[in-house]
Amino acid sequence: MTHLELTKPFQSRELAKAIVKKINKLSVELSKKGFEKINIMHVCGTHEHTITYYGLRALLPENINVIAGPGCPVCIVPAREIDEAIKLAKEGIRIFTYGDMYRVPGSYEGLSQAKAQGARVTIVYGFLDAIRLAQKSEEETVFFGVGFETTAPTTASFIVNNKVPKNLSILMSYRITVPAVEYILSAPHNLNGIICPGHVSTIIGAGAWSFISEKYELPTVVAGFEPIDVLLAILYILEQLINGKAELINEYKRVVKWEGNQVAKKYLSEAFMVADRDWRGIGVIPNSGWLLNDKYDYLDAREKFNVKIDKWIDIKGSCKCADVVLGRAIPTDCPYFGTSCTPQHPIGACMVSSEGTCSIWYKYGGHMIRKMRKDINTEGI
Amino acid sequence: MCLGIPAKVLEVNDNIALVDYGGGVKKKVDCSLVPDIKPGEYVIVHAGAIIERISKEDYEETMKILMELLKYSK
Ligand code: SF4
Repeated sequence: MTHLELTKPFQSRELAKAIVKKINKLSVELSKKGFEKINIMHVCGTHEHTITYYGLRALLPENINVIAGPGCPVCIVPAREIDEAIKLAKEGIRIFTYGDMYRVPGSYEGLSQAKAQGARVTIVYGFLDAIRLAQKSEEETVFFGVGFETTAPTTASFIVNNKVPKNLSILMSYRITVPAVEYILSAPHNLNGIICPGHVSTIIGAGAWSFISEKYELPTVVAGFEPIDVLLAILYILEQLINGKAELINEYKRVVKWEGNQVAKKYLSEAFMVADRDWRGIGVIPNSGWLLNDKYDYLDAREKFNVKIDKWIDIKGSCKCADVVLGRAIPTDCPYFGTSCTPQHPIGACMVSSEGTCSIWYKYGGHMIRKMRKDINTEGI
Repeated sequence: MCLGIPAKVLEVNDNIALVDYGGGVKKKVDCSLVPDIKPGEYVIVHAGAIIERISKEDYEETMKILMELLKYSK
């Protein structure tokens, strides 16, 4: 059996129909109970990709609104940190970056433009690639460490296992999703349920989200990334709303354990310390990022090369990226969407990454869904 | 960027695993986060590293739920 066969049942049209039928029934009951709109937020770019790519919003009844939250680790890296990487690259230090980060604009330009002007930038698939490439020469190199809980542990494991070559240091840009979700929920909001990110949960465990159902009393589902996974998550949230319950359900049990990946968690706490970090255009969120533990100071690119940026520009003009990330705006609320801002000429970070909501909507036509709903009667599908 | 791709483990050697993504695509990935992984197991690979195994029992349990759903919708 290949992975394609493994995922196939989770893409089944028959199953989608069966689940949507149930969702439709529950949504009618919920509106009778006084729920005018049911707002469900997910916090993962891959979920947004699944929802938009498979057109799931078009299958859902009018009163169910699925909102994209802070799920794109590339979109929230402050321009300052991109400027730092560019500065280093222009000084002749080779920067290893993920492809997704390569074209994200900093204050004035992105790493791709800097490279066109001769800066040293190499795209890698992961930290292991960076280590291998660094080992091939004596030159100073820096890994641009971007990502959420899913990505950070690999870097941590190589650090703890002493496998980082002397000429490789790290520009720490890792962020933590849980505090960002808490940041949204602790402010006034109109959310009725949360779909938690499956692969972040692989590391931190489904249990890490229990505060959502306990403290904020919202139905919460940890979900996988196939269309059936997402539809099930929506169904489980509606079922809870009907029954007046707020529980945490792990739909993605086949991969996510309640306690997460203990090995990965141990590496994280050994290599990194949790710190207050800023998110692009949003500001500082308490305990929302990682920096290197004192013991590994020597791997810190900022200290090693004394790079410091005092002024930077996170948001340009009327770009609504920060609101899009927080689920307070949709891409089409932005005057630049699809006109002056496109994946070829991005103004904000959300239009660059394959996990950015603006980019996903642009590529797969997420903006058409509202119009389509009016034109096509999707009832009974 | 938290994209995870299912794959099958073919070989494991000193924290590096050779995985098969299907369709003839194979790649060497880091497996230090799941050190007890064995050839034949299915895993999720993210950014060049295995982040977790796919549990056979839980997979089958979910399939049962899906089949029930299908049965009662007819
Ligand atoms: S469309 Fe472009 S400018 Fe507008 S919010 Fe999205 S990234 Fe920012």
